[in-house]
Amino acid sequence: MLFAGRRSATKEMRVKILVPVKRVADPDNANKVKISGDGKQVTSQGLEWKLNPFDEYAVEAALRLTENGKTGERIGEVILASLGPKDVGQTLRGALAMGADRAVLVEANDEQLDAGVVVDALAKLVAQEKPDLVLMGKQAVDGDSNQSGQMLAEALGWPMATFAMGIEVLDGGKALKVGREADGGILTLKVTLPAVVTVDLRIVTPKSIVNHKTPADHAYSDTARYASLKGIMAAKKKPIAETSLAKLGVTKTPVLTYAKFELPTGRKAGVKVADVNELVTRLRTEAKAL
Amino acid sequence: MTDVLVVGELFGGQLRRASLSAFSFAKTVASATGGAWDLLLIGEGAGGAAAEVTGFGARAVKTAEVAGGPVAERYAATVAEQGKGYGVLVATASAFGKDLMPRVAAKLDAGVASDISGVSVEGGKLVYRRPMFAGNVVGTLTVGSAIQVVTVRQAEFEAAQPTGGSSPVSSVSIVADPAAERVEFLSYEVAKSERPELTEAKTVVSGGRALKSAENFKTVLEPLVDALGAAMGASRAACDAGYVANDLQVGQTGKVVAPQLYFAVGISGAIQHLAGMKGSKVIVAINKDPEAPIFQVADYGLVADLFKAVPELTEAVKKAKAEA
Ligand SMILES: Cc1cc2nc3c(=O)[nH]c(=O)nc-3n(C[C@H](O)[C@H](O)[C@H](O)COP(=O)(O)OP(=O)(O)OC[C@H]3O[C@@H](n4cnc5c(N)ncnc54)[C@H](O)[C@@H]3O)c2cc1C
Ligand SMILES: Nc1ncnc2c1ncn2[C@@H]1O[C@H](COP(=O)(O)O)[C@@H](O)[C@H]1O
Repeated sequence: MLFAGRRSATKEMRVKILVPVKRVADPDNANKVKISGDGKQVTSQGLEWKLNPFDEYAVEAALRLTENGKTGERIGEVILASLGPKDVGQTLRGALAMGADRAVLVEANDEQLDAGVVVDALAKLVAQEKPDLVLMGKQAVDGDSNQSGQMLAEALGWPMATFAMGIEVLDGGKALKVGREADGGILTLKVTLPAVVTVDLRIVTPKSIVNHKTPADHAYSDTARYASLKGIMAAKKKPIAETSLAKLGVTKTPVLTYAKFELPTGRKAGVKVADVNELVTRLRTEAKAL
Repeated sequence: MTDVLVVGELFGGQLRRASLSAFSFAKTVASATGGAWDLLLIGEGAGGAAAEVTGFGARAVKTAEVAGGPVAERYAATVAEQGKGYGVLVATASAFGKDLMPRVAAKLDAGVASDISGVSVEGGKLVYRRPMFAGNVVGTLTVGSAIQVVTVRQAEFEAAQPTGGSSPVSSVSIVADPAAERVEFLSYEVAKSERPELTEAKTVVSGGRALKSAENFKTVLEPLVDALGAAMGASRAACDAGYVANDLQVGQTGKVVAPQLYFAVGISGAIQHLAGMKGSKVIVAINKDPEAPIFQVADYGLVADLFKAVPELTEAVKKAKAEA
């Protein structure tokens, strides 16, 4: 949609993309998270683990950037990276089943991590893997912090484009044109790779990504792809390399400390009104809002 | 004693009102700790905008004139350089603040408390409150780095009012950043609207997927919006479908609003939507499904077909306003 029309002749372009992904408690059950008795922990027991939805969209965007969407031919590499406990491996398998090529799992527990530590570890992985692009979610929907991508870009000294809703590959794969969801409208940047891009919701709309390999008439569905049975089978054989903060040489420790958690004061359901007249009367006389 | 540096956001050569929430934060922290607060205006038109902001009680107003659109790489090094020596750097958690401030923090090896809803001083330490898990948990956070970087939720910090006085203005030098050479600003397309800004309006009317088209937003919802003098909002589904601009999305990952009066029209009430409007004073929901979750947070619920109820409501509002 955003970049329709422009096509430049490009040679074969193979980008290597690192996609940091976090697993979160099923966001659609966020109202079922509980607080431990001492208020020191959020317990998501009994809730299903999911890939952070924005990271799922980043995986989808990375796949769209590294394939011919029409033929399914792969033309680049997508590597996943996650910091978390060992069983994050299951969540990684799900993303590998979508089509990502391989994954790295950095074992760590929640108490060892905050954005600074995550970013330090990701920066070290970037130094090892040397991707052309780090593509990630704009925010993890558990902590709702929206900071890691920006901090990683700075740690690497790379340019960034946050809150991306459209990406076009330029200059034969050397640069990206990125449409960003900014205040009041869309802000478009051109970033020279290597760069960090964080994605917003609209990155999975049908024409959001133009890589000049997928024919211009190809439209994707309007969400992240589901893993096919073939994809699920293939994912079983894809490598998940395991490492640790110590092995990566991460020396940072968290500076963000959550002393306690509370449930917000809830709202109660009010009244059902019979019709528009009753609504207007109550808004005027009772709520004094009109 | 904690000194605070506020990073003021400019648009069209003027301070964006959103920044006044960060001013309020700075005043609170400075007065609670016996510190002072300064203001840094950065971007195109910073010098010209300074005159508008000298009456808010800042110890000093600094300006950094940077031409072109807002690009974090062009601002971060200068903000970080100016931020040295302060206890806290703060901006409002707009797209601008969310983009820039973590980048600044990384330069200063600072921790970031993002999108906070409250601040207090306890035992000499700044303690932040912030909504997490789509607003279903409120966390209490301290930041252990020497400099702390904060973004504040506009809906939770009232816009600061001018208090008189006249802060001295000076310009600061721009620090070059190699990362800036690899990013080029191409365009910033901003939809013009006569209506109040979503995050500042006293009344917000949001429409959902049920509106079914951009056309219906115009012909069915907009007359109500205008009769109320309200701002227009939308659910993710309505934005994704292209009925309205993305920038009108209310929710966990869009705008957070807390008006006096909020109308959810044809919106089911998914937690991600509730996260952006639960703080509204009075909530009205219009939905044809009596079981829609939106009714669990609505003060007034009308079970009805919106295509019938909204035009009726528009007329009733016009009548009520005429009588008042
Ligand atoms: C990562 C992530 C982030 C998200 N962030 C946000 C966010 O910030 N904001 C947001 O809003 N959503 C967000 N969502 C999406 C959210 O989960 C819901 O899908 C979305 O809010 C649904 O929009 P809706 O209520 O308009 O549509 P629906 O859920 O389809 O609801 C439509 C409603 O309209 C009613 N209706 C239908 N016809 C009529 C009629 N004629 N008259 C009256 N009522 C009618 C129906 O009963 C229904 O309740 C996010 C989702 C994800 C995964
Ligand atoms: N533990 C983690 N492992 C891998 N990636 C992460 C982790 N935490 C955050 N991220 C990445 O950083 C993005 C932003 O997260 P946040 O700043 O926490 O909101 C997420 O969408 C992920 O891509």
